[in-house]
Amino acid sequence: MSIGNILSKSSDWLRGDGPHHHIVVTSRIRLARNLAGVAFPGRAKAAERVDVLEKIRPKVESLPEMVDAVSLACQDLSPVDKLLLVERHLISREHAAKKAGAAVVMNRRQNLSIMINEEDHLRMQSIRSGLQLRAAFKAINKVDSELEQQLDYAFDSNLGYLTACPTNVGTGMRASAMVHVPGLVLSEQINQIVQAVNKIGLAVRGLYGEGTEALGNLFQVSNQTTLGEKEEEIIDRLHKVILEIINHELNARQVLLHNKPNTLLDHVGRSYGTLRHAYSMNSKEALNHLSFAKLACDLGFYGDAQRHAIDELFIETQPAHLQKGSQQRLATDERDVLRAEIIRSKMASFAPPDLESVLVREKEARGGAKKEPPHGSGAGEEPSGTDFF
Amino acid sequence: MLCDVCKAQTASVFLTQIVDGKIQKVNLCDPCSKEKGVTDPTGFALADMLFGMGAAQQIGANIGSEGVRCPQCGFTQAEFKKTGRLGCSVCYVTFAEPLKELLKGMHKGLRHIGKCPERLRLTQERDSALRQFHDDLRAAVVEEKYEEAAALRDKIRALELSGGVKGD
Ligand SMILES: [Zn+2]
Ligand SMILES: [Zn+2]
Repeated sequence: MSIGNILSKSSDWLRGDGPHHHIVVTSRIRLARNLAGVAFPGRAKAAERVDVLEKIRPKVESLPEMVDAVSLACQDLSPVDKLLLVERHLISREHAAKKAGAAVVMNRRQNLSIMINEEDHLRMQSIRSGLQLRAAFKAINKVDSELEQQLDYAFDSNLGYLTACPTNVGTGMRASAMVHVPGLVLSEQINQIVQAVNKIGLAVRGLYGEGTEALGNLFQVSNQTTLGEKEEEIIDRLHKVILEIINHELNARQVLLHNKPNTLLDHVGRSYGTLRHAYSMNSKEALNHLSFAKLACDLGFYGDAQRHAIDELFIETQPAHLQKGSQQRLATDERDVLRAEIIRSKMASFAPPDLESVLVREKEARGGAKKEPPHGSGAGEEPSGTDFF
Repeated sequence: MLCDVCKAQTASVFLTQIVDGKIQKVNLCDPCSKEKGVTDPTGFALADMLFGMGAAQQIGANIGSEGVRCPQCGFTQAEFKKTGRLGCSVCYVTFAEPLKELLKGMHKGLRHIGKCPERLRLTQERDSALRQFHDDLRAAVVEEKYEEAAALRDKIRALELSGGVKGD
């Protein structure tokens, strides 16, 4: 299978059918492994990296999980294709820049990708829609167990799996969930959450943008420590924290609806207007408006088909995806025009969200005295994106 | 200004560190600073210990003396400092001492308790079973329990041939 074949299909996780997918976009597990007796890729000479590639690649390609896979050497890929894979979370930005010996093998559904000669000899990733950390681990753990029978891993009985960076030594595992939390951002609770989560050994970073700036209200939560704990313990801790974040986010939205409905509706309404009527939009602006379109879906204004369209736009409006769909090389301003055009056409059938009805309902709720306090629901219940309304 | 740790005594040691690109200030009183090993040059991960923040950027920033070279890949501590990465798996042995301090501040423990490659696990189980049988055999001989000794010798031979532990 060629790269064109695989990239013409959208990624499996984009179907957005996992548990809690309204707030948790994806769950990912990455395992880092190295071969014993060979320098790590950053230290190895080009010839050594090529040796490692020749040793690992056939084993990876013959995995039962990879029957319909595409296997690509980084130096055979065009810059646009590489960036495209980065935008789909299939390879890292660092890996895209690598040359001799660097390759990636991924399955057709794009929920399993294995980078060879990234920072470590093997970086294996499994990605799922929604909150499915355990399922993602199960999948990648199986692949790892199959590979360990054929490859001699660098493993120390005290330190576990040895990795190029000491921050990964031990399990070599990074578990992460991408969450969409406009409620926490609007109600300015996000910094508190970030600090609380940091304290228990988890990291939170904005998905797009530098440092703590988070575009599209998207954050990635992941474990920071890899040594001294079992894989399952790390995953359970992260899973629990994500459930907490879901509850906080749902609460924040509800409180906003009760206390500052106009603030919330203003964001949703303006984003709708901009997405439907703009003729030039940069990537940052698109992400932020798409975030509120996604929120509009959660608020019940749109159905599954529209939600899917919005989710796809998050990926399709990234620079390489725009470039790939175009015949000639696009300058930045041309990309902004194309981005706006794609969004307009995809959202052409979106009726304006009935924001007024929300205000009416809120007014009624407040008028009907002794209603439940705004904090009431959410806690203890199974959180979901629609029933809090 | 009060100490960030005990929140009782006046701080006399002020630390500033860059963590994830952000400046963090930590203020400590004299006893707390000693207890947290601030005077120790390898106690670099102080902010981490206090706040549990990541320290990827700081790796190697306070690693001790220069000059040691990894016999396998030729990596030096200076290179480690610069890149924050190790050169090969033997580097973990070469730089074991300074790494220990680093790992202590970075992780939940110093010992891996998670997954282990199956082949290695089997070998380890076999080795420890063999050791046990040999101990038992020695004891049996001393106590002149020759029948038991013979049985143990058979078990040892079988285990050495099989290359794995037979389930009980
Ligand atoms: Zn103190
Ligand atoms: Zn080395």
